[in-house]
Amino acid sequence: MHPAPSLILFTTLSGLGFGLLAFLCLGLPDARGLTAVLWFGAGFALAGGGLLASTAHLGNPQRAWRAFTQWQTSWLSREAWLSVMALAAAGGVALGRVFFDLPMTGLGPVATGLALATVASTAMIYAQLKTVPRWNHWTTPALFLSMALAGGALLAGQMTVAPVLLLLAGAVQLLAWRTGDGRFAARGHGLASATRLEGGRVRSFAPPHTGSNYLLREMVHQVGRRHARKLRSLALIFGFLAPALLCLTAHPLALVLAVLSHAGGAMAGRWLFFAEAEHVVGLYYGYHEAGAR
Amino acid sequence: MTALPDRVEKKLGLVIDLDTCVGCHACVVACKGWNDQGYGAPLSDQDPYGAAPSGTFLNRVHSYEITPPDAPAQIVHFPKSCLHCDDAPCVTVCPTGASYKRREDGIVLVNESACIGCGLCAWACPYGAREMDADAGVMKKCTLCVDRIYNETLPEEDRQPACVRTCPAGARHFGDLSDPGSEVSQLVAARGGLDLMPEMGTKPVNAYLPPRPKADAAPEFDVLAPFLEPVAEDAGGFLGWLDRTLSKMPG
Repeated sequence: MHPAPSLILFTTLSGLGFGLLAFLCLGLPDARGLTAVLWFGAGFALAGGGLLASTAHLGNPQRAWRAFTQWQTSWLSREAWLSVMALAAAGGVALGRVFFDLPMTGLGPVATGLALATVASTAMIYAQLKTVPRWNHWTTPALFLSMALAGGALLAGQMTVAPVLLLLAGAVQLLAWRTGDGRFAARGHGLASATRLEGGRVRSFAPPHTGSNYLLREMVHQVGRRHARKLRSLALIFGFLAPALLCLTAHPLALVLAVLSHAGGAMAGRWLFFAEAEHVVGLYYGYHEAGAR
Repeated sequence: MTALPDRVEKKLGLVIDLDTCVGCHACVVACKGWNDQGYGAPLSDQDPYGAAPSGTFLNRVHSYEITPPDAPAQIVHFPKSCLHCDDAPCVTVCPTGASYKRREDGIVLVNESACIGCGLCAWACPYGAREMDADAGVMKKCTLCVDRIYNETLPEEDRQPACVRTCPAGARHFGDLSDPGSEVSQLVAARGGLDLMPEMGTKPVNAYLPPRPKADAAPEFDVLAPFLEPVAEDAGGFLGWLDRTLSKMPG
């Protein structure tokens, strides 16, 4: 799949933002007044900024309000509702903590639940697609949720749980890669099932068009696979291992470095999430078949 | 609504004969031509006369090669457009309700004025049947020429999809696949019509008739060989002398 910058920014930033809000709304840290302005401001900027970035990949963003209508069937619509509800609930918690010195223990857990549900619904947009076997698995929501929790704990300065959550997210990421690599072939997708042609070896002889098209640009992304293994190592080191180690030093500067390292590693991982995902439509063009291009 | 109808009254669709298709791409051209002038945003092209032309098409013809273990390779031309699936995954993922399946005839359509161009329906389709128009920013797909098949201002023989009407080989057939007595259903029954990617569970309405086995195929021969045989075996005169002399030369 095409690794659109808007989608990589959206999923990583809003994941971090909702993860941070999830901790803040539970009173971790117990910020009040001006300190709460800074903490919640960062959470809203990341979550809201990510949501805004997501509208950049729409063909007609002026109609984005219509995405609220189909919550009964569409995960994208559910994500729209959950994100607005999570931001509203977290806004309520922020108001109480900033202006009234209230811990907001009633609304707080609700806001935390909504923030994590938003991240899960984002993941389900990808996990629901049978056409992309790599994503169509429980590891996708597990990855998005564990990343949001790890990034949120790090941003919220929870130095005791952050290393544990970071290593857990790293393990989920490793599991997602290990189980995802063979899923396309394991599900039996191939040119034989795509065309139902039989009687011999079938191969794509000529594509329908001499140039490129939307399908190839959007769903048959090939660039960078050569470097996938190196990028995976970098994503693991910078996204999870380095920040987990930096947390243990408990130095304020180390925390800043840990956040930057985690954000960079998470973006590399999210780039791979898209770039490595094989869509079955590629089969019709002669890609993804065992032993093919 | 992006919920699928609980039942459809008809299943209008195409039956494509892979044995008959000659790969002329006339259906591609007819489809592009018709859908440039009526229903919805026209199918745009980008850089049409430049170095890297690209455009929106609702129907495309692939070509595949089958190599049997003991016979010459065979080319199969493979037209592909929306299969108007019973369990259309492109419909249920739509966040705006723009993508829908009609109860009355099962056609899957896009309400372009509600489409935000998020592209998720194209991701959900296993067949590559949906293409985002780069100019209009909305999703385009085969409408089964819904503006032809019910159009009473057209002569009756033209009330079928443009691709079917234009096919010079008669490889494309249009009809109601829910009616077992219809011509298309009988073709599917007689020729063993197949669903594409059945493992996806999309239950496509369109069916493909596989190429007939080439059991009685003639042995491979070279049509040009007889013309390349020497025409004058007993040449006389100067050329005859030259031939004999050169033949005698060593080496």
